[in-house]
Amino acid sequence: MTTISVEKPKAIVRSGTRFISGDIACAEGALAAGCRFFAGYPITPATEIAEHMARRLPEIGGVYIQMEDEIASMAAIIGASYAGVKSMTATSGPGFSLMMENIGLAVMTETPCVVVNVMRGGPSTGQPTMPGQQDVMQVRWGSHGDYEIIALAPSSVQEMFDLTVQAFNLSETYRVPVFILADEIVGHMWERVRIPEHENIKIVNRKKPSVPPSNTFAPFKPDKDLVPPMAVFGEGYHFHATGLTHDERGYPRTESAEAQTKLVQRLCNKIRMNKERIIQVENAMLEGAEIAVIAYGIAARAALSAVRKARERGIRAGLLRLVTIWPFPEEQVAEVARQVKAIVVPEMNCGQIVREVERAAKETPVIFLSKLGEEPHKPSEILAAIEGVQK
Amino acid sequence: MMEELPHPYEKFLRKDRIPHIWCEGCGNGIILNCFARALDELNIDLDKVVVVSGIGCIGRVSGYTNTDSFHTTHGRPIAFATGVKLANPELKVAVISGDGDLFAIGGNHFIHAARRNLDIQVICANNFIYGMTGGQMGPTTPLETWTPTTPYGNIEQSFNLVHLAAACGAVYVARWTTLHTRWMTESIKKALQKEGFSFIEVVSECPELFGRYNKMETGIKMLKWFKDASQVQHFSDPAKAEITPNRIVVGEFVDIEKPGYTKLRQQMTMRAAEKK
Repeated sequence: MTTISVEKPKAIVRSGTRFISGDIACAEGALAAGCRFFAGYPITPATEIAEHMARRLPEIGGVYIQMEDEIASMAAIIGASYAGVKSMTATSGPGFSLMMENIGLAVMTETPCVVVNVMRGGPSTGQPTMPGQQDVMQVRWGSHGDYEIIALAPSSVQEMFDLTVQAFNLSETYRVPVFILADEIVGHMWERVRIPEHENIKIVNRKKPSVPPSNTFAPFKPDKDLVPPMAVFGEGYHFHATGLTHDERGYPRTESAEAQTKLVQRLCNKIRMNKERIIQVENAMLEGAEIAVIAYGIAARAALSAVRKARERGIRAGLLRLVTIWPFPEEQVAEVARQVKAIVVPEMNCGQIVREVERAAKETPVIFLSKLGEEPHKPSEILAAIEGVQK
Repeated sequence: MMEELPHPYEKFLRKDRIPHIWCEGCGNGIILNCFARALDELNIDLDKVVVVSGIGCIGRVSGYTNTDSFHTTHGRPIAFATGVKLANPELKVAVISGDGDLFAIGGNHFIHAARRNLDIQVICANNFIYGMTGGQMGPTTPLETWTPTTPYGNIEQSFNLVHLAAACGAVYVARWTTLHTRWMTESIKKALQKEGFSFIEVVSECPELFGRYNKMETGIKMLKWFKDASQVQHFSDPAKAEITPNRIVVGEFVDIEKPGYTKLRQQMTMRAAEKK
């Protein structure tokens, strides 16, 4: 009587060329990746993801539930994941703040799940229908304690689909919450999207334990990649999971410095050690560039346009687009910094990722372009900064 | 020679987690015992049981139960259990947690799960205070009792949990004290078989903190209070069942039939699949 169906993926993936919004592309990406559980709470500008999931999930035997708040939404997707179902929630800044508590729980209990934050203007209620890139540090540091997560920043509707699929694959691979950090423009924009045939979509599922249930089963004993295979409820393992510091059996070890060190370092290292496999960046016209723009999300689109115009004017400019923003592509940024005489960083905030860029760029000067409110950066604004450096 | 006999409920416990952390005279062990007894008497497949708890003394119960179990963040066991139950409706999902966890920080999740008639069982160990942090007052601390954060007497009205649960739509509501072990076990058995949201409040003794601050510093003294104050009144008006120093109304308050959330969801899913 399980309601989660295993309908053939072919019937689920809406392959072909489609004209859809970023939020809908994100929902379709999740379904294509195997997501069958969505818990959320209405919030602008992410509501369309929930609405689309509310329609689509029951059709394919999945579960959509509107919870009483975002705290509950995050808790529910962790529960669903432990019951063996790929799960997701979607929100924006105010809801994201409420999720921080259980994001920590997902990190600590190594729960594969995907959290989408369609960023709007903050702080607080801020500007619900306006874009922002103000939560890029919150996603990294917002829950207490220290930990590592993975965050991806789509720049287009196509990437809302593609990166959501990847987010599920990464979360299943590393047993970690993975974040899609979109913004209001990418979420609400309508563009052409190519959805591949289902057999051409790469799907990763979590590792299952290779041992049968026993009274010595260790649910948090990692393999060489530092990721433990995942038992789920109902399979007979009778395992325990807790947000307390725990040992490989899953049992609380609240007074052991050794247990704390071993666990927290592994939670960080399973991401740090696999950085090369996780990080994605995109280069445009960086060959021979003297000035680099480093951007992500919506700001990267204007940046690409600005770099093209600069090249037309004979300025050797290039773009490094951060697709992964966490773990931060430090080495990729450092490499670009060694090559160029200055770096321009446009962001829709008061200066967040630019600090990471400065840290990685060392001696190379970094020019920051802040933008808040309705409009994203104009290509002309970024071009002016590039020309300023050139002079 | 003494023969070592296995505990009759050994198979329900994680032996490698014993001894437990609870204090001498604590009522939590009685609740765990009644829960194990209910599972045993119903002969429930332990592979299909998930015990979920929040933070607090009773929160540790999930670590002692030999089933799949999860110890969530403070106040969130019901929200977590919602995800588990909907993702795999075959599982019996029992939330066992405390009064502060379920009704202060987690109050919102309780009222909404009851409203949805989610098919889970919630057992609340009500010891009137926050035990784990040293006995501070909480949403069930009776008026004019003493705790470390009410040094001049508690001036806040307390929740009447059975009234709250009934008002939110729970299909089964009962209250017992840790003295009423047989009735408590019967109630847990009923709850485990019930379609929809069931709630059992267990008034439980914390002699170390609530007791010490209120002139009942041993388990026996607290149980004597329960014995003297308890009045069994089945299906009495839950609105009139506030707990006072002189009166603890116990019994079953609600036992009604209403379609459970899982069933309605399955019907809706079938409609959606046909429409596709």
